[in-house]
Amino acid sequence: MIQNKSTEITVGMFVAAGLVALFVLAMKVSNFTEFNDDAGYQVIAEFENIGGLKVRSPVTMAGVRVGRVSSISLSPETYEAQVTLSIYADFDNIPTDTAASIYTAGLLGEQYIGLEVGAEDEFLQDGDVIDLTQPALVLEKMISQFLFSKAEGDD
Amino acid sequence: MIETIRSLGRWGLNTFERLGRAHIFLFQVLTGIPGLAFRGSLVVQQLFYVGVLSFALILVSGLFVGMVLGLQGYNTLVDFGAEESLGVLVSLSLVRELGPVVAALLFAGRAGSALTAEIGLMKSTEQLSGMEMMAVDPIRRVISPRFLAGFISMPLLAAIFSAVGIFGGFLVGHGLLGVDDGAFWSQMQVKTDWYGDVLNGVIKSVVFGFVVTWIALFEGYDAIPTSEGVGRATTRTVVHSAFAILGLDFVLTALMFGD
Repeated sequence: MIQNKSTEITVGMFVAAGLVALFVLAMKVSNFTEFNDDAGYQVIAEFENIGGLKVRSPVTMAGVRVGRVSSISLSPETYEAQVTLSIYADFDNIPTDTAASIYTAGLLGEQYIGLEVGAEDEFLQDGDVIDLTQPALVLEKMISQFLFSKAEGDD
Repeated sequence: MIETIRSLGRWGLNTFERLGRAHIFLFQVLTGIPGLAFRGSLVVQQLFYVGVLSFALILVSGLFVGMVLGLQGYNTLVDFGAEESLGVLVSLSLVRELGPVVAALLFAGRAGSALTAEIGLMKSTEQLSGMEMMAVDPIRRVISPRFLAGFISMPLLAAIFSAVGIFGGFLVGHGLLGVDDGAFWSQMQVKTDWYGDVLNGVIKSVVFGFVVTWIALFEGYDAIPTSEGVGRATTRTVVHSAFAILGLDFVLTALMFGD
């Protein structure tokens, strides 16, 4: 019986260790904690070109992350990329004339959306559309423009 | 010529017959599981043999695998000036692949082979037939608790492996190589997704636990009841488990991370 008891104790410790490991993976390693403040609101922005933007890319304001890209689709009417941003509920005072641009973090880094604050008194609500957008910079386009203007200048 | 075709046919028939037996066996084992609700002590005892005794192996291996990942990853990343991403590299490779796969391979070697040898020996010493004589169903009494124990232990062991491995990567990355610890953890948290990465890893380990325990128990139950037969069955357990784990891992990875 004593044997049985110590077996049960070690098994209990083993199961507890496994669950603790899973808990550590959830809390310390993954972004599990973020799902708590998932109850944000959705804002739509249309871009001419989104470059390498992906679902779950960060949305920042003054460098602080205020949300994530929740979905990307192509608008059938305008042929522009329709990006849905889900903004955390804490940031509910973003003016309606805020501009959204796509930037790249570092030289080779991932792309993210930066919001530049506008001056309106009214704030963005769930389902609103951001009108002022700036597409991602495509390197090939920039180089061709540069070469083109250089060739023009030589004449 | 005819003889070759005949032997091929015999091999095919034998294989399918065995496969069929394995599935009937699995069905019998699974039907025995609900009854274990009233006999928890049987499962606890097997959890001790299958899970707790594999714990130290998993702990040490996980630590070293994580430390090696930290060292090797750092050497590659430092060329791009991206050594801050070491945490992402360690966590993603452990949580998605190495945790479930290496833990399952070790589990097959440590617990699977022991299960096969134990059941095979029970069969060859006619303990299983003895139970049947006493109207005790050996599958319900002996096999089902072991199956459930393996099925429960495997995901726990894989989670422990991943967690300890990440800690090992952190020890080497921060302690030995001087990667900033804040960047290590924060980058990891940004890039490691709970549903996409961690839970998919857990699903993998659940599948591996199921398959490895099934193979191990079936090989033991189906072993030729001689000392040689048990030895062969034990070898087959480890080999077949390794094939099953690596093959299934490819399929699961293609399904989960393929797009």
